[in-house]
Amino acid sequence: MSTVSRGFKGRREPPSVELPPGQYLVEDFPVLSAGPTPDIDLAHWELVITSETDTQRRWDWDGFRALPTEPVTVDLHCVTHWSKLQTSWEGVSLDTLLEGLATSAGFALVTSYGGYTTNLPLEDLTGHKAWIAFGYDGQELEPEHGGPARLLVPHLYLWKSAKWVRWIQLGDQDEPGFWEGLGYHNYGDPWREQRFWGD
Amino acid sequence: MTSANPWSDGTALAGPLGDLVRVEVTTAIGRCRGCGRTAAMAEVRVFDHAPGLVARCPTCDQVLLRLVRGPGRAWLDLRGLVYLQLPLQQT
Repeated sequence: MSTVSRGFKGRREPPSVELPPGQYLVEDFPVLSAGPTPDIDLAHWELVITSETDTQRRWDWDGFRALPTEPVTVDLHCVTHWSKLQTSWEGVSLDTLLEGLATSAGFALVTSYGGYTTNLPLEDLTGHKAWIAFGYDGQELEPEHGGPARLLVPHLYLWKSAKWVRWIQLGDQDEPGFWEGLGYHNYGDPWREQRFWGD
Repeated sequence: MTSANPWSDGTALAGPLGDLVRVEVTTAIGRCRGCGRTAAMAEVRVFDHAPGLVARCPTCDQVLLRLVRGPGRAWLDLRGLVYLQLPLQQT
């Protein structure tokens, strides 16, 4: 004898959205910037990673774009309180860029075209947690959002995801970046609401 | 701010800085540490769609001033200015 289910027809609740404390949802993509959008010629674009022993890896645009890429769908949390969910990116994993690089560094200082800097532990760039993103929503990443390429570290507040990334410097010392040196939290975990020094 | 320029003019400094230093900052004269431009702070470019407020030299883009406001405290960085000449009322 078979059992026939008539199906469950109870009321469906809308999916709950869990946000980090102090955040609200946005549907647009706000543009935040501490300076003018740099005019970057792809013919002269470069991405450099240096280790604490001055080992250097360098990619020009064609070399960078020849690397394996992957789609990334992540939530973004900005320290100015907005969050944007399920954003779609395409990028190169930092695991790919750092593969085989001999380093015992504990920290990374990221420098952008235009001079912006941000710092984070190296372990937050590895383990499939960070990318150099060049595509957003199926298109080339627009300059105002960090194109041609930006760092994407979605588990930390968005100021860590430096736009217009140029140089990742690995080192033994943790050097505060542009905002970390002026009141903003050194680590910036949105789920622990680490916005300012002492949070 | 316009869609073409992601900055405001220096009058955007008046409210946030006036709260802290009780002087009319926009009429102050600032000298850029990068290029030496010396002009009224009202003429600088203020990037205030950011985690803090960043004032830059309109000639060389040097960061002149940064201001971050958190709950109950503020941080002010003036290292991009050689000096700031502040107007005082005559008594």
